[in-house]
Amino acid sequence: MELSGAEIITRCLQEEKIKFVFGYPGGAVLDIYDAIFKQDYFKHILVRHEQAAVHAADAYSRSTGLVGVALVTSGPGATNAITGIATAYMDSIPMVVISGQVSTPGIGMDAFQEVDMVGITRPCVKHNFLVKDVNELASTIKKAFYIAASGRPGPVVIDIPKDITQFKAKFSYPKTVAMRSYNPVLKGHSGQIKKAIKLLLEAKRPMIYTGGGVVLGDASALLVKLVKKLGYPVTNTLMGLGGYPATDEQFLGMLGMHGTLEANMAMQQSDVILAVGARFDDRVVGNPAHFLNQPRTIIHIDVDPSSISKRVKVDVPIVGDVKNVLTDMLALLDESDKTPSESALKAWWQLINGWRKEKCLEFDRSSDIIKPQDVIEKLWQVTKGEAFVTSDVGQHQMWAAQYYKFDKPRRWINSGGLGTMGVGLPYAMGVQLAHPEAQVACITGEGSIQMNIQELSTCNQFHLPIKVILLNNRYLGMVRQWQQFFYENRYSESYMDSLPDFVKLAESYGHVGMKIENPADIEGALKEAFALKDRFVFMNFITDQKENVFPMVPNGKGLSELILAERITVEDL
Amino acid sequence: MKHLISLLMENEAGALSRVAGLFSARGYNIESLTVAPTEDPTLSRMTIVTSGSEEVIEQIIKQLNKLVDVVKVLDLNDGRFIERELMLVKVKATGVFRDEMQRMCEIFRGRIIDVADNSYIIELTGSGSKLDAFLDAIDKTAILETVRTGASGIGRGERILKL
Repeated sequence: MELSGAEIITRCLQEEKIKFVFGYPGGAVLDIYDAIFKQDYFKHILVRHEQAAVHAADAYSRSTGLVGVALVTSGPGATNAITGIATAYMDSIPMVVISGQVSTPGIGMDAFQEVDMVGITRPCVKHNFLVKDVNELASTIKKAFYIAASGRPGPVVIDIPKDITQFKAKFSYPKTVAMRSYNPVLKGHSGQIKKAIKLLLEAKRPMIYTGGGVVLGDASALLVKLVKKLGYPVTNTLMGLGGYPATDEQFLGMLGMHGTLEANMAMQQSDVILAVGARFDDRVVGNPAHFLNQPRTIIHIDVDPSSISKRVKVDVPIVGDVKNVLTDMLALLDESDKTPSESALKAWWQLINGWRKEKCLEFDRSSDIIKPQDVIEKLWQVTKGEAFVTSDVGQHQMWAAQYYKFDKPRRWINSGGLGTMGVGLPYAMGVQLAHPEAQVACITGEGSIQMNIQELSTCNQFHLPIKVILLNNRYLGMVRQWQQFFYENRYSESYMDSLPDFVKLAESYGHVGMKIENPADIEGALKEAFALKDRFVFMNFITDQKENVFPMVPNGKGLSELILAERITVEDL
Repeated sequence: MKHLISLLMENEAGALSRVAGLFSARGYNIESLTVAPTEDPTLSRMTIVTSGSEEVIEQIIKQLNKLVDVVKVLDLNDGRFIERELMLVKVKATGVFRDEMQRMCEIFRGRIIDVADNSYIIELTGSGSKLDAFLDAIDKTAILETVRTGASGIGRGERILKL
């Protein structure tokens, strides 16, 4: 039997076992929406802006490891999706975005709601397709899912003209994909792995530094085994949090621009670094020249060869899937009769514990204004460290990363690479749909939340019991912090005036609103909110306007040149 | 240092723009780029002339390999190779130039492929530097128009870029 292109699309999604499609209808995708109406395999989540559809699909993927799917119409629907696609691309999130396109005869004619989607998304997708023949629709969708999820994952766009969704073709979904031009290397080179083990066992000041690749590659359990076996210190990047349990004693906290003193100093002073699924980016190593001042050996495991030796020259590159490589490493360690030098390791831990004693994340607990750190710490306690936490971008994001101790992977959902304000609420939607019974908190600021505030409506429609934790300091906090430090207190356009009454706003969308102004009320309010298991609660915490994020490695500085608290540098200690 | 990079890619719409876009997005130099289908019409072969430090060239090769449509990439400078470029030059052929241009053409082993009352068209093949040398050698005022194809490259002997 022949099916229309639109029916082929829904059947393909069924074959891929897709449970949710996040989208927004429009002219070019009317046939697809008609086919969706006639099926009951997957649920369509109607957002209020296409950007949110893509973010929600992205977070669905981040929290489950499955491929997220978004569906948008041509023209403005497609361009609204771009920020979401670029966000997923920067963090290597597997996603398939289907965009409608004007009918094939109209392409290039400046037709109504026409935009060159393949051209416009080219720099921010892993790959993209324009389908020009309905007979190639199913095989293209199969390829898109395969490319999105394999190797270094990423978003793939399929642009489908309206007439293609109307034409008919025989449907058969390919079982497998073979592409001569695309064969990611998954198995690490055994010689390189041997070399790496030898170097690791001979290290005097070793450091294990892991990123989003461990989370995306589902390699946390293997990482824990390796770290425990070696007894070495470990740090996570912002994207890697949860990849190693944060409450474990060998964990030094996050590293980088707002990383802990112990993680940054240990990274800088190490003699051997094992980097796993991380990419030495500018927020992690600061000034690369300063980082390389210290002679050391770097071992780097990554599935993407182009991530290796990009910013920092690496001595032992290992291209492969982190799961495979860590498995091979553990097997070699088991066979090896060598063990790390106990005396060297003891001295190294002594040094690290010295940095730890500085308690770089301590804050003023006697303040009568709410400290944002206090809110996050209590959130961690009230949720017993079990919540899925999404965040937006800015100071609140850094505090969330520093003070919520993630013990499991895929619990910390944020825009690390692109730094997209406005992701928090749609991220929470995607996570809550994937995990209906879980506690989902969206940590946000009054700037970020207003970038996708319209999604309060979607949350009402689909009864999503998300808890929004708004750290409201009436400033674009991170901008204000940089203006205070580097622009002589000239707070150019960083004050947020004319804010809505968030409690009333939440209530007008059918949600529960709370305003919390007293530090003594934080814990009680959080408990009250999370006790409302089936309600969306918007918590407006009025926080200290002057609070800054510390430690901080100023832009262009080295990891050991970090500022600990107001104007105190490491040299002053 | 100048590098010639050869690559085979799927002969599909938009494939060229992926390569060109990569170079502009990442700020890599691109001196010339030539592309045409191979004897297998599903494949295109491209020669890119670029320059940069060894680290930059290494990144360029990795980034090209990462493009989903790219099948194979070869840095010709890793071994011995032949580089050829075609240039057509329209030169003045009046007065003293009429004999002079013929002589220079012979020296550089070019061919005159069009003769008009006041001009010749000279066809010249060789490495980019040979073509540059020809343009340097003749009188600048005699040059009316030039067009160059950009370099094509191929490895010598056993070095074969094929599927």
